[in-house]
Amino acid sequence: MSVQKELVINTAWCKGCGICAAFCPKEALELVKGKARLKEENACILCGQCEQRCPDYAIYVKETEGGAEQWVKPY
Amino acid sequence: MIDTSNVSEKTVNTSDLIYKYMRPEHLPHIWCPGCGHGIIMRDVAQAVENLGLDRDKVVLVSGIGCSSRAAGYMDFNTIHTTHGRAIAFATGIKLANPELEVIVLTGDGDASAIGGNHLIHAARRNIGLTVIVMNNTIYGMTGGQYSPTTPRKAFGTTAPYGNLDRAFDLAGLAYGAGASYAARGSAFHTQQTIQMIQEGIRHQGFSIIDVASVCPTYFGRKNKKGSAVDMLRWQKENSVTVEQAKKMTAEQLQGKLVIGVIHQVQYPEFTFEYQKLIQRLAKEREE
Repeated sequence: MSVQKELVINTAWCKGCGICAAFCPKEALELVKGKARLKEENACILCGQCEQRCPDYAIYVKETEGGAEQWVKPY
Repeated sequence: MIDTSNVSEKTVNTSDLIYKYMRPEHLPHIWCPGCGHGIIMRDVAQAVENLGLDRDKVVLVSGIGCSSRAAGYMDFNTIHTTHGRAIAFATGIKLANPELEVIVLTGDGDASAIGGNHLIHAARRNIGLTVIVMNNTIYGMTGGQYSPTTPRKAFGTTAPYGNLDRAFDLAGLAYGAGASYAARGSAFHTQQTIQMIQEGIRHQGFSIIDVASVCPTYFGRKNKKGSAVDMLRWQKENSVTVEQAKKMTAEQLQGKLVIGVIHQVQYPEFTFEYQKLIQRLAKEREE
């Protein structure tokens, strides 16, 4: 069983402190109108540095089980 | 992945860790944007998850202050007590039921000023509590008065010309008072802090983890330290490990944050000794 990961931002909880953007190793996050936002879809490497330091638990790497067939190489 | 099968179905947009160990109906918390306390509270949840403790066997005790709001947000057996008396209440809980893991979440003022006496005597007694001090070096909730951990020459609302007193080194104070585990972490160094909290919980005896937090609203503004990001960056750039600090001179250590395990020793734990005493007296009575 594989685990699929994706970055989720809960803007309702985001207070716009900018910690996630400042400590993102890929500089993939930015603040827009006081809320965190992912600059580009593929820029995030799902390392979880933002999740560890977000004081408001508004950003996290969501793990979902399943989707195994998606990861099977077609060759 | 975190097993959330024993908690009700997820209704808010947050991670499994937060959903399992916090009360999401009370979130977002009231702490200021960029407050380090939120980071430290997550570290506690992560440490408990890593250790695989039963939530019903963990008690969180807090006093009064910004930091002590944490007991309201975390979903364990929690008690929000009077100012400075968190360790006193925790001592009672631990003695009444020694199999519980009692964790005290407290602030620097709560632990070292109002409850300073409780801190040193709990350390001397070596009772099996884990004290996590969210040390933001100021009284945040009441408006930025200087606390016993405010650095010398730093400003506060009650120190408009700079603080004259030296700061307490809380881990060192507890070590001097007899604590068998004393460590210092920081809001920036999450992995190390989680590790220290885990060790502190597992340690038999009094353990204190003095975690340097950031208060951008009062300490940051009064001392022109910049935003929460700048303050966390300061922690990143100015922290040295205990091992490195041993090779440095006093001048080189000026303005540095020494993180790591300051002191660790095995010493008989109080509730264990107390049970032994009860058994010995019961046996003597029979004879």
